Amino acid sequence: MKLTNRAVVVSKKELTWSEKLYLPAITQGLGITISHFFKKKATVQYPEVEKPRTEIWRGRHVLKRDEEGRENCTACGLCAVACPAEAITMEAAERKKGEEHLYREEKYAATYEINMLRCIFCGLCEEACPKDAIYLTDRLVSPEYERQDFIYGKNKLVEKIDDRIDIEPRKKYHKL
Amino acid sequence: MEWLPLIDKSVLILIIFLLSLGIAAYSTYAERKVAAFLQDRIGPNRAGPFGLLQPIADGVKMFMKEEIIPSASDKFLFMLGPCIFMMTALMTSAVIPWGKPLDIGGYQMNLQVADINIGVLYIVATASVGVYGIMLGGWASNNKFSLLGAVRASSQMISYELAMGLSIIGVLLISNSLSLSDIVKGQEGFHWNIIYQPLGFLIFLICAFAECNRAPFDLAECETELVGGYHTEYSSMKLGMFLFAEYVNMFISSALIVCLFFGGYNFPGIDNLDLPQNIASIISVVIFFAKTFFFIFFFMWIRWTIPRFRYDQLMKLGWQILLPLSIFNVVATAAWLTFVK
Repeated sequence: MKLTNRAVVVSKKELTWSEKLYLPAITQGLGITISHFFKKKATVQYPEVEKPRTEIWRGRHVLKRDEEGRENCTACGLCAVACPAEAITMEAAERKKGEEHLYREEKYAATYEINMLRCIFCGLCEEACPKDAIYLTDRLVSPEYERQDFIYGKNKLVEKIDDRIDIEPRKKYHKL
Repeated sequence: MEWLPLIDKSVLILIIFLLSLGIAAYSTYAERKVAAFLQDRIGPNRAGPFGLLQPIADGVKMFMKEEIIPSASDKFLFMLGPCIFMMTALMTSAVIPWGKPLDIGGYQMNLQVADINIGVLYIVATASVGVYGIMLGGWASNNKFSLLGAVRASSQMISYELAMGLSIIGVLLISNSLSLSDIVKGQEGFHWNIIYQPLGFLIFLICAFAECNRAPFDLAECETELVGGYHTEYSSMKLGMFLFAEYVNMFISSALIVCLFFGGYNFPGIDNLDLPQNIASIISVVIFFAKTFFFIFFFMWIRWTIPRFRYDQLMKLGWQILLPLSIFNVVATAAWLTFVK
């Protein structure tokens, strides 16, 4: 059965005299390399130019707020259980009186940390989440100098009220 | 006016010294750019416009690195190795004629540091001294890989020097002189030696690659087998010297190829233009460097085209193919000169 049409039959015949000179082969090789000199370059100048990513790209996480700006997360811990890389840790706390505008339900995450060096961006946390709280976004994890800086706390994860992140594409993707 | 030649030569030496170093520095940049372009990449472009400050950044980096001298090494020889290698690389440029003489207020300034009548011998001699730099460096490191690299380098250079020397003899027979300025003058117009000595040129070119330890003859420092070869134990600017001297060697080899086979500063038709002497002189220098830069590019082009030789193939090529071929070339040239011309 023929799998590809790129297969070449290799023969182990004796080299002819002109082939043993190697010079024609070398000039041929030089021709090939110089033709690459003028070809379009494959490099993408990363920080200035970004390759397009799909809208369902699994990038850095976001902890969602609802329409009234209250945090969805109830610190149930299902994401941490689902996480195969054990990248998520959290501490739960009880909502006090007067904090109803901050947290949607009576329990919330006092701390919520994702270690971005451990995370494999599989998306199981968002599948496990019963409260629509955690989603992966099409943003990238930025480079840091210290390992400690890759452990993202709530200050980096919770979406800003004035800078909401659209996760509709991923929601749609989960419904499929 | 006895002091005039002294100043003239000192200035010329200084210019050529700085020029060699500058060209060597920018060869490292060019190498990376050429390598990148041949591999569909862009290459260094962050330091300065088009990455033009990259050699300076590399140099600063080299100086900032920690200087490590192995405690079991012979410290004097360890230091001497890169010095010899660098010195011989720079010394070779002394006999190369860079252009036609300049006329400065009636004084003829010869654009050649030393027009000695045994120029070719001088070059072959200094080139072979360069092996000692590698040998001493590799041996003094007290490291198996360094020693293996040094042994490889020296055996390779010695084997290819023979064929190289013999391939030059054809040129010497035609030009009837050992002085490089005479050889270049003899190639006026389009009487370039490449036309009369194609085989000699090919052998010389291959040997020049081998002498410079460049791919496909870079067995002395092949990363896959010997870590870094003779400079495994070197760090900081001593390593920089070794790498740098290699590029100086490449520049000088290219200049030599141009002198011996490609008419040096001559270019067909330029003499008929009847230019004033100084302008003609400057143009001749430009032509010389254009040719030299082409060969530096050719060195790099070859490097990214042909894979490295195996050691037995290298020795077979040197002793069984190039040496007989170069002897044949000498005999054929001599016969042609005696019976045909």
